Amino acid sequence: MSTDTSIKDPAAGTERAERPQARLSDVVIRFAGDSGDGMQLTGTQFTNTSALVGNDLSTLPDFPAEIRAPAGTLPGVSAFQVRIADYDIHTPGDAPDVLVAMNPAALKTNIGDLKRDGILIVNTNEFSKRNLVKAKYEHNPLEDGSLDGYRVYPVELTRLTREALADLELDNRSRDRCKNFFALGMCYWMFSRPLDNTIAWLEKKFAAKPILAEANVKALKAGYNYCDITGVFQNRYEVEPARLAPGLYRNINGNSALSLGLVAASRRSGLPLFLGSYPITPASTILHEMARYKNFGVTTFQAEDEIAAVCAAIGAAFGGSLGVTTTSGPGLALKSEAINLAVMTELPLVVCNIQRGGPSTGLPTKTEQADLLQALFGRNGESPLAVVAAASPSDCFDAAIEACRIALTHMVPVVLLSDGYLANGSEPWRVPAVEDLPDLRVEHASNPEGFAPYRRDPKTLARPWAIPGTPGLEHRIGGLEKEDVTGNVSYDPDNHQRMVELRAAKVARIADELPPLEVDGEPGGRLLVLGWGSTLGAITGAVNLARERGLQVSRLHLRHLNPLPNDLEEILGRFDRVLLPEMNTGQLALVLRGRYLVDVKTLSKVQGRPFTRGEILAEIESMLEA
Amino acid sequence: MATAPPLTRKDFQSDQEIRWCPGCGDYAILKGLQTVLPELGIPREKIVVISGIGCSSRLPYYMETFGFHSIHGRAPAVATGLKLTRPDLDVWVITGDGDALSIGGNHLIHALRRNVGIKILLFNNRIYGLTKGQYSPTSELGKKTGSTPFGSLDAPFNPLALALGAGATFVARTVDIYQKHLVEVLRQAAAHQGSAFVEIYQNCNIFNDRAFAYMTDKDNRDEQAVYLEHGKPLIFGNERDKGLRLAGTELEVVELGTGGASEADCLVWDAHRSSPNLAWLLAQALPPRFPTPLGVLRSVETEPLEQAVIEQIERAIDRQGNGSLETLLHAGDTWTVS
Ligand code: SF4
Repeated sequence: MSTDTSIKDPAAGTERAERPQARLSDVVIRFAGDSGDGMQLTGTQFTNTSALVGNDLSTLPDFPAEIRAPAGTLPGVSAFQVRIADYDIHTPGDAPDVLVAMNPAALKTNIGDLKRDGILIVNTNEFSKRNLVKAKYEHNPLEDGSLDGYRVYPVELTRLTREALADLELDNRSRDRCKNFFALGMCYWMFSRPLDNTIAWLEKKFAAKPILAEANVKALKAGYNYCDITGVFQNRYEVEPARLAPGLYRNINGNSALSLGLVAASRRSGLPLFLGSYPITPASTILHEMARYKNFGVTTFQAEDEIAAVCAAIGAAFGGSLGVTTTSGPGLALKSEAINLAVMTELPLVVCNIQRGGPSTGLPTKTEQADLLQALFGRNGESPLAVVAAASPSDCFDAAIEACRIALTHMVPVVLLSDGYLANGSEPWRVPAVEDLPDLRVEHASNPEGFAPYRRDPKTLARPWAIPGTPGLEHRIGGLEKEDVTGNVSYDPDNHQRMVELRAAKVARIADELPPLEVDGEPGGRLLVLGWGSTLGAITGAVNLARERGLQVSRLHLRHLNPLPNDLEEILGRFDRVLLPEMNTGQLALVLRGRYLVDVKTLSKVQGRPFTRGEILAEIESMLEA
Repeated sequence: MATAPPLTRKDFQSDQEIRWCPGCGDYAILKGLQTVLPELGIPREKIVVISGIGCSSRLPYYMETFGFHSIHGRAPAVATGLKLTRPDLDVWVITGDGDALSIGGNHLIHALRRNVGIKILLFNNRIYGLTKGQYSPTSELGKKTGSTPFGSLDAPFNPLALALGAGATFVARTVDIYQKHLVEVLRQAAAHQGSAFVEIYQNCNIFNDRAFAYMTDKDNRDEQAVYLEHGKPLIFGNERDKGLRLAGTELEVVELGTGGASEADCLVWDAHRSSPNLAWLLAQALPPRFPTPLGVLRSVETEPLEQAVIEQIERAIDRQGNGSLETLLHAGDTWTVS
């Protein structure tokens, strides 16, 4: 964690040749390079290997919106941060202990984050005049003393990689493309990681081009051996396996977990799943993944636009399938009229919004939580629907199942909020047993006796799901106001009032079945840090740090944003003050103030990046000092 | 087991009060649909009528089937999702010129190019009725309406050409008041496997009365329209004294009889040609130079999308086995913490 676990130099003052293995509890590594340097791949490999070693981990990929911004420029920098630890962690780390910079632009954009005294591995071959200009450096930072205070390891990565691959029938361009694996090999040596997992992955990936597999494996080994032989680093480190709850684990990112959650919901409900989607960053990988699950009866439909995607899902839901659409903020805006159709026709629909920076096209590859109000209110008329949020990459699995459960049991559209950070970030996931997953079986209406399309279940107020093909249940639904019970078109004033209230009451009743909220820490006191969505990790980390400093602070995280849990108001009342960090300018705070007249203090961050623990900790400290 | 008595037109009439203006062409189209559906031998609960927004889109309420009155322009998308997941259903889309060609243009062309097995009936009255008379994407140039007091300036769409351009496998045109013709065209559309597109000239007697009178008035019926009949030459005229002939790559109207051309010179209609070229020529045949073609311009069968989707799923199950959730969750690199 903070100072006690930052990398000290245990080798200082000892003989270099000994290269002792120092045990670390927790380390943050960032790989940064040009978009074409394969940094996401490199980071993912380091992550997967660390997962198999048994570390707890958390990742933060950060890449540009452009597929290939001009090489060597500042906007073209792509980075991947991973934190590994021998205990249960919640965030990808505030500041890296180790930075691998593949070119001047990567150095320039990332050096400011590196811890003082942190390790910097830098590819000196890329520090040509031209590249320095592209990175807007006036002087060569390797020579002007600006890196004093860091432990700098200049390495001729490009040259060394070329030399290592000299005997392979490859041009220099192809050789250069292996230098990320040379760097990865160095990091594997430094953190005592095995190479075999990455070697196996390379051999599989390049099965059709064995020469490329061979080249990358060679580069990986060369990087590893270079450290071993030359003793470039004074020491190497060990991060022991984390003491996590027993079980079977796999490393998973949010979009994968969300996809698996949807498939699980389909299986547990016995309903075929239909996904209507239109490509949009950062949601598209869900469409890709779901398209592979045909043998689970999943139908994916890449529609002509966002509107068709959701409309097709509504059509599928009308026919009795589990209808899902996936998108990001701009797409949610386009879908709003159709979502309202599902509100009016009271069909189950799951809308997954993987939020990104807005407004408009905004920051497509960056993260934000600024679509909450859009999800809650971004439609015409009184338009209540359910909103749930995922809190961590692996939690996307449970959140997806919960979204489907609510949609199916309450005949209501549900917006599931995830975000770019969760979508691409990964962490170990304890794989649940299938039999422990909720039973989502539903019954379609079948009895024509007394059937009316809007005759409600007295407990949930859900209307029957009467699907085409059922004899005697022929009926018409649509976007015009419905007459209570019969579902016929009605413009009657009293009926409209009643239906508006019924739709709201139906959504409100979802809260009646939610489990009680669990406050982490004292049930009441001076300060509650409240959160929703992907801030969970940073809030948990910050609250834990605050407690280590002797501060009394409690924590509560919300899964359900509409309806809000019934016990929330009472819990908020038990605290003198409530701090609500949000990656927006205070959207949930606005809702809570309006609903509960409670003085919630917003901590806002809209920089396209998640909160760090330090930022939240500082706010906790200042609120408790005041 | 006794078989149920065959369904009749009455069985397809819902208990809802019909709210179209008296004299509206929509009544005749509703009647035509309610005439054809009982003939199909499909139980009512297997039929779904989906519409968008506009006068025509009220039609599902009047049908004793499953119905979905969706939102403006989106009916083909809703219908696509339904048909892909429920290929056992008979799905009809009811739309108008504003609904299908303005706000819903994108969904229309994509449904047609995908060849989803849905029947799309476009009621073309060349006006916005429900919003009280603005010009539509099929209104003729210069049309004076509430929103174009000095005449419209933008060129109209040709729905049939648009459908053919989108790759539609079934394209036809008929007229509200030609009940026999309408029923026959709907019959053929119903029998089509993939997407069927039918443009129906529909008179809006309130906002665009007599839009098609140039051809529906008694004296003009045969003079201004040519009926496409499979295997028959394209002959028209009150005296059946005119024909359509291919001249190079264009169509031309020829006089038949002494001194003129003969029946043998006229194009013999075949809607099943795989090439859409002749259908395209017919779609472009517009008054005043040409009689308005009525009937089926194109009818070719290719595998509908829903069938291809099912086959792909079945192949995946054959190859990989019916997916096991247990295996899926445990896939990838895993490790055990004890
Ligand atoms: S406005 Fe025109 S199209 Fe609409 S119902 Fe009346 S006559 Fe028919």
